[in-house]
Amino acid sequence: MATSTTAPDADQREPRAGSPARGPARRPRGPRRSLLPYLLLAPAVVLELAIHVIPMVVGVWMSLLELTQFHIRNWSTAPFIGLENYRATLDLNSAAGKELLHSFWVTLAYSLLSVGFAWLLGISAAVVLQRPFRGRAILRALFLTPYALPVYAAVITWSFLLQRDTGLVNHVLVDQLGLMNDRPFWLIGDNSFWSLLVVSVWRNWPFAFLCLMAGLQNVPGELYEAAAIDGAGFWRRLRSVTLPMLRPVNLVLLLVLFLWTFNDFNTPFVLFGGSAPEQADLISIHIYRSSFKTWDFGSGSAMSVALLLFLLVVSAAYLLITNRRRDDHA
Amino acid sequence: MSRRHLGIFTAAVLAAASLTACGGSGDDSAASPKTLTYWASNQGASLEADKTTLQPELDKFEKQTGIKVTLEVVPWSDLLNRLLAAAASGQGPDVVNIGNTWSASLQATGALVEFDDATLQAVGGKDRIVPAALAAAGAPGKPPAAVPLYSMAYSLYYNKKSFADAGITAAPTTWEQLAEYGKKLSTGGKWGLAIEGANPSENAHHAFTFSQQYGGEWFDSAGKPTFDTPQNVSAIKRYIDFMAADKITNPSNAEYAQNQSVSDFANGKAAMLLWQSAGSNLKTQNMPADAYGVAPVPFLASPPAGGKKVNSMVAGINMAVFKHTKNRDGALNFVKFMTSDEEQTILNRTYGSLPAVKTAASDPAFSAPEQKSIQETLVTTAAPLPQVPEESTFETLVGTAMKELFADAASGKPVTEESVKAKLTDAQQKMR
Repeated sequence: MATSTTAPDADQREPRAGSPARGPARRPRGPRRSLLPYLLLAPAVVLELAIHVIPMVVGVWMSLLELTQFHIRNWSTAPFIGLENYRATLDLNSAAGKELLHSFWVTLAYSLLSVGFAWLLGISAAVVLQRPFRGRAILRALFLTPYALPVYAAVITWSFLLQRDTGLVNHVLVDQLGLMNDRPFWLIGDNSFWSLLVVSVWRNWPFAFLCLMAGLQNVPGELYEAAAIDGAGFWRRLRSVTLPMLRPVNLVLLLVLFLWTFNDFNTPFVLFGGSAPEQADLISIHIYRSSFKTWDFGSGSAMSVALLLFLLVVSAAYLLITNRRRDDHA
Repeated sequence: MSRRHLGIFTAAVLAAASLTACGGSGDDSAASPKTLTYWASNQGASLEADKTTLQPELDKFEKQTGIKVTLEVVPWSDLLNRLLAAAASGQGPDVVNIGNTWSASLQATGALVEFDDATLQAVGGKDRIVPAALAAAGAPGKPPAAVPLYSMAYSLYYNKKSFADAGITAAPTTWEQLAEYGKKLSTGGKWGLAIEGANPSENAHHAFTFSQQYGGEWFDSAGKPTFDTPQNVSAIKRYIDFMAADKITNPSNAEYAQNQSVSDFANGKAAMLLWQSAGSNLKTQNMPADAYGVAPVPFLASPPAGGKKVNSMVAGINMAVFKHTKNRDGALNFVKFMTSDEEQTILNRTYGSLPAVKTAASDPAFSAPEQKSIQETLVTTAAPLPQVPEESTFETLVGTAMKELFADAASGKPVTEESVKAKLTDAQQKMR
C-alpha cells in the first residue's frame, strides 16, 4: 500500500517545480502514469484470474464434456457433447432432473428460513446489547462463540447431540423431560431438515449480530433522543430510527448471508456425512454427489453452472431492486 | 469502508488465498528413486493403530533396499475421492491400497500400472496369488490393475451368551432361521441383528449377496445396469425387512455409518452381525474371541429358480501402483515386499484377514475359527462383485437407495415391493 500512495505523489510534484514547462512536459509522462495503477493491480488481477475466473471458465468447459472416469486422466479425450449435460440434468421428467428440482426447492426454503431466523436473532441481540450494562461484554463474547468455532468441530458435535439413541437431545427430551414416548430421529426423515436449519441458524446468526452491532454504533444518539422527546416508544424507535439507519448494513448482510447459506456445503456434509437424506438434500451436496460419488464430472459441472447463473440473476435482481428503491428515497 | 481500507482488505484476502493455494502442493510423488509415498487403507481399529502396525515393516523395507517409504493411512470415507483426485491430476502417491471392488472402476481411468504377466513376474509371479483374489483385481480379459494384498469375506458373528440365554444352540443357516432367532433375541432393549444402515458401501455388499441368492444380477453381460429386476427387488426387500418387517434390528441402525454396528455387537446390544474380519476390531473393543462364534452367512431356505449358492463377495484389499510414479522399479519392489510370504503372514495375522498368496495361507496363524470360516467361504461360496467400470457408481447409488429405505423403515413408513422397485429404478436412471 505504501508504494501505491507515494509513487503518484512524486510524479505529480515534479512538474509543479518547473511550472513554465508544465503543459508540454506532462504529455510524455501521461502513458507512464496511467500504466502504474495497472502495474500495481496486476498481481491482484493475476491471482483473481487464477483463483476464481479460470476455474469458473474451466467449469463451464467441463459442463460441455462427457467427463467420466474414462477421461478424467486426460480431458482432451473426453467427447464434446455440447449442452447434453444440461439437457440431462435439467430435464424435469427424468429422475435426475426431478431430484435436482427437489433439491433446489429444499435449498431455497432452507436459505430463506435460515437467513430470516439468523437476521431476527441478530437484530434482537444487537438491539438488546446496544445499551451498556453489567455483563454486556461477556454476553457479546458468548454470542460470537458459534462463529469463532471451527465449522467441522462445531457441526460434528451437533451430529453427536442429534443421534437417536446416544444423543443428548433425545436424552433430555425423552429421558429427562419425558416430552415424548418414542425417541425421534433427528438426522433422517422429515426432522433432518429442521435439524439442519437449527444448526445453520446457530452458526450464522452471530455474523448477523456482529454486522448489525457494528451498524448500530453509527446511529447517532441524538436521533433516539429526539424520537424519545417526540414520545416514541421502543417499537416506534426501532421501526422509525433503528431499521432505516441500518438499511445499508442490512442490504449487504442479507445478500451475503443468502449466498453463503445457499452454497453451504460444510454444514450438511459434516452433519449427514456425504449423503444427506432427501428432506435435507441441499444443492451443494447434491452436486458433490453427482460429481464425486458417481464420477460424472460433466453433469456435476452443468449443475454448478446452472446454480451459478441462478445466483447471479438473484443477486443482480436484488441489487437492482434495492438500488432503485434507494434512488427513489433520494 | 474507505477505498484505502478496501484495498488493504482485498490485498489481505488475495494473499491468504494464494497461501492456501500453495498449501496443496506438498503431496508430489517422490522424485528421487530412494523414496516412495504409500497410501494405506484403514484396516485396524484406528489410523494410529495402522501406523503402528505398518511402520516397522516399512523400516524393514528401507533396511533391505534403501528406499524410504512415506506412509499415510487414509480413512475409508476419503480414500476413493483421493484416489480419483490423484488419478485426475497425476500427482500424489506412488503405491496405494484400494478396495478390491473398485479395481475395474479405477482401472478405467487408465491411471494404474497394468500387471501383465511380466509385471506380475517382477512382483513374485502370478502362480503364487490366490486365483479368486486375482479375479477381483480388474476387469475380465484385461491385465489386473492391482495385486491382492489382504483377503476377506463376510461371516455371521453371533454372541454366544445371548444365544445360550435365549435357548438357541446353533448359528442360523437360513435367513428364515436368522429372523426367527432374531425375534427371540430382540428383548429387553437388545436386538437380534446389527446393521450398518447408513453406509452405502456396506449396503451394496449385502445387495450383491442377497441378489445372487435370489438369482439376480446388477449388470447384464454387456455391462448395462439391471437394478430393478424382480429378483433384485426381492433381495433388497429381504434385507431391509430385518428392520421393517421382522423388527430384529434397532431402527437406530438406519443412522449408522461409522461402524456403530460393530460396537453394538461388541457391547452386547445386538446378538448378530454380518461383517468382514471383525475379529481384530472386536478385540480392541474388549470383546474376547471366545465370547462370539463365527459361522457362514446364511442362505435362503428354499432358493428360487436361478438362485446361486453365494453368501459373500470376494472381499479384500488390493495394492496398486500409479503410472505417474517416478520410481516404478522401487514401487514394484515394494509391492513384491508387501506380498512376500513373511509380510503377508505378519500383516494378515494382525488384521485378522487372510493372505492373498497361497504359500502364506497355509501358515498355522490362520487356523483360528474366524479365519477358517473366511477361508471356507472364499474357497466355496464367495463370488466377486461385478468387475465393471461402473461398479463404484453401483455401490453409491444402490447403497444410498438402501440407506433411504432403512430411513423409511426406521420412521415407520411401509417398505413395499413398489417402494423398493421405485428406489432401484431411480438409481438405475442415474447411471449413464
